Amino acid sequence: MRSRTMVEALNEALLQAMEQDEAVVILGEDVGLAGGVFRVTDGLLDRFGPGRVVDTPLAESAIVGVAVGMAAYGLRPVAEIQFAGFLYAALDQMAAQAARLRARSGGRFTAPLVVRAPYGGGVRAPELHSDSVEALLCHTPGLKVVVPSTPAEAKGLLLASIFDPDPVVFLEPMPLYRATREEVPEEPYRVPLGHARVACPGRHVTVAAWGAMVPLGLRAAEELAGEGVELEVIDLRTLIPLDSDTLLGSVRKTTRLVVVHEAPGTAGFGAELAALVAERALYHLSAPVVRVTAPDVPYPAPALEDYYLPSTARLIRGIRAVLEA
Amino acid sequence: MSRPLQLLDPQGHPTGPIPWPRPRLVELYRWMILGRAFDERALAWQRQGRLGTYAPFSGQEAAVVGTAAALSPEDWIFPTYREVLAGVMRGVPLSRYLLLFRGHPLGNHVPEGVNVFPVQISIASQIPHAVGAAWAAARRGDRTVVLVYFGDGATSKGDFHEALNFAGVFRCPVVFVCVNNGWAISIPRSRQTASETLAQKAAAYGFLGVQVDGMDVLAVYQATLQAVERARTGDGPTLVETVCYRFGPHTTADDPARYRPEQEVLQWKALDPLIRLRAYLTSQWGWTEQEEAALWKEAWSTVSRSLEEAETVPSPDPTWMFQHAYGAPPGSVLAQLRAFREER
Repeated sequence: MRSRTMVEALNEALLQAMEQDEAVVILGEDVGLAGGVFRVTDGLLDRFGPGRVVDTPLAESAIVGVAVGMAAYGLRPVAEIQFAGFLYAALDQMAAQAARLRARSGGRFTAPLVVRAPYGGGVRAPELHSDSVEALLCHTPGLKVVVPSTPAEAKGLLLASIFDPDPVVFLEPMPLYRATREEVPEEPYRVPLGHARVACPGRHVTVAAWGAMVPLGLRAAEELAGEGVELEVIDLRTLIPLDSDTLLGSVRKTTRLVVVHEAPGTAGFGAELAALVAERALYHLSAPVVRVTAPDVPYPAPALEDYYLPSTARLIRGIRAVLEA
Repeated sequence: MSRPLQLLDPQGHPTGPIPWPRPRLVELYRWMILGRAFDERALAWQRQGRLGTYAPFSGQEAAVVGTAAALSPEDWIFPTYREVLAGVMRGVPLSRYLLLFRGHPLGNHVPEGVNVFPVQISIASQIPHAVGAAWAAARRGDRTVVLVYFGDGATSKGDFHEALNFAGVFRCPVVFVCVNNGWAISIPRSRQTASETLAQKAAAYGFLGVQVDGMDVLAVYQATLQAVERARTGDGPTLVETVCYRFGPHTTADDPARYRPEQEVLQWKALDPLIRLRAYLTSQWGWTEQEEAALWKEAWSTVSRSLEEAETVPSPDPTWMFQHAYGAPPGSVLAQLRAFREER
């Protein structure tokens, strides 16, 4: 076992996927010579050559659209969109094309591709570099949406996504790229999609989170442990497919749910989780569900982002609200 | 700007040597007749309620037949809703496309082994797909050429630019066929771009663009053969602009009298690609009335039979939509499918 950052773990997943299957190719802006702006594809051009690691023109819609054609022809493309805020330019190809090629053609053609994109705030990036776009993608049938929160899971989830039969959007939490190191198994392994992880077991309040909100939940759990409050932090890992059983099981046990996400609250994915609990676990609840989210405003300038993003303090206020209700 | 490539003038006189033997010429003519017969019947069937919204293509037969005929069996095409004739030429049963216009999901299910993409409804979105398939083919060392259709309106869209730009950079084995029928619903070609031709846009992407008389099937055929050869031998993409005309409405839901004068339609109908090739066959190859009648009879019969086939296909299993949404469906979809079955 070796200690790895998330960037290194993702790089290893790509390398191993390309070793396992000749059909795996990488395309995107600056993924070759530069190794990606975050170096996730570092060294892959040298290792596999320009026939498999493709520096493309600066064109998000074409990157995803070309990947659709590659996948339909039999390759397994892994496309990188440099920042999730630039996904908007490729949304037509993702939502109207990649997501529905299988449905449109009755299964005759499919698009088993991965679109990787760094997302999320807190790193003082320029405008449009920090958006959380997961809800848009989750509301696009045909796509899967995966969000890792640790290096070891990032590796296994990316390998599973690359070999999944469906188009997967793989959102990489930018603040976690190099935040921690952990033991990452050397051999290739897949973390199956559709299985949440209990990041921290507890009896009193369920905190549902993904991406960079998972460590936020764990910090809240540490702070509240001194007061005798036990949080159960659920790392959803994949939003589509959603592991509703793990979430509902936890809520039935704790009877309290706080959802925390970086995206704006209205019609965010937290609304889906709250609705799910209302439909299937309402009578287990001791308190109304609380959502701790960004406000319904465009992602602000970096000097304001700490006020925009959920903080540990805000999360703890939300937790106190469900405890005191 | 040079004039569009032409091998037959509007009267069917050759403007130079024509290298193909009679059977090849008759084959092109046979496909154009099938297309015209299909189009006329489809319009009538739509009015009878036997088809849903239909996008007629009369006037565009040469642009479609001349391009699709230039391909080899291993090649791929990416058609729009107005190039179903190309799909038929490549092996999709006519009845499949009738199912498409009848709203049946099987209509876009292209049989295995037939390298025809489902028809694209969104304008220009299929162009990057074609480039991706062409890139993949080249990477695998296949000799496959990819041909993609789009209209004049599509050249205004970002995906046209991004895809042609990409193909130019990587010299992908792709042939871009712009079926310029003069109108994107009500918007004339002059309002899509200030460029003198659409073909000239290729220069900006670093490859050849050719403007062809799209009412002359032999010119279209020759230009596409050359483009396919360039693609197959590693010389990269070509943009072929076929200047033609949509005789009918954009779709059966459109009324072209609101935006274009009847006089213009009549001028273009005088350039009918079927009449032109027939005149040439008659004057140069002894084409007879009997042969003409036989082709039409065959076409009407094929078309009628295809509707009979389509009408005998049972209504789709309603669970189709669940079954083809994902390769590995999320639990929510499986639960919805179970609930759907229980409610029925």
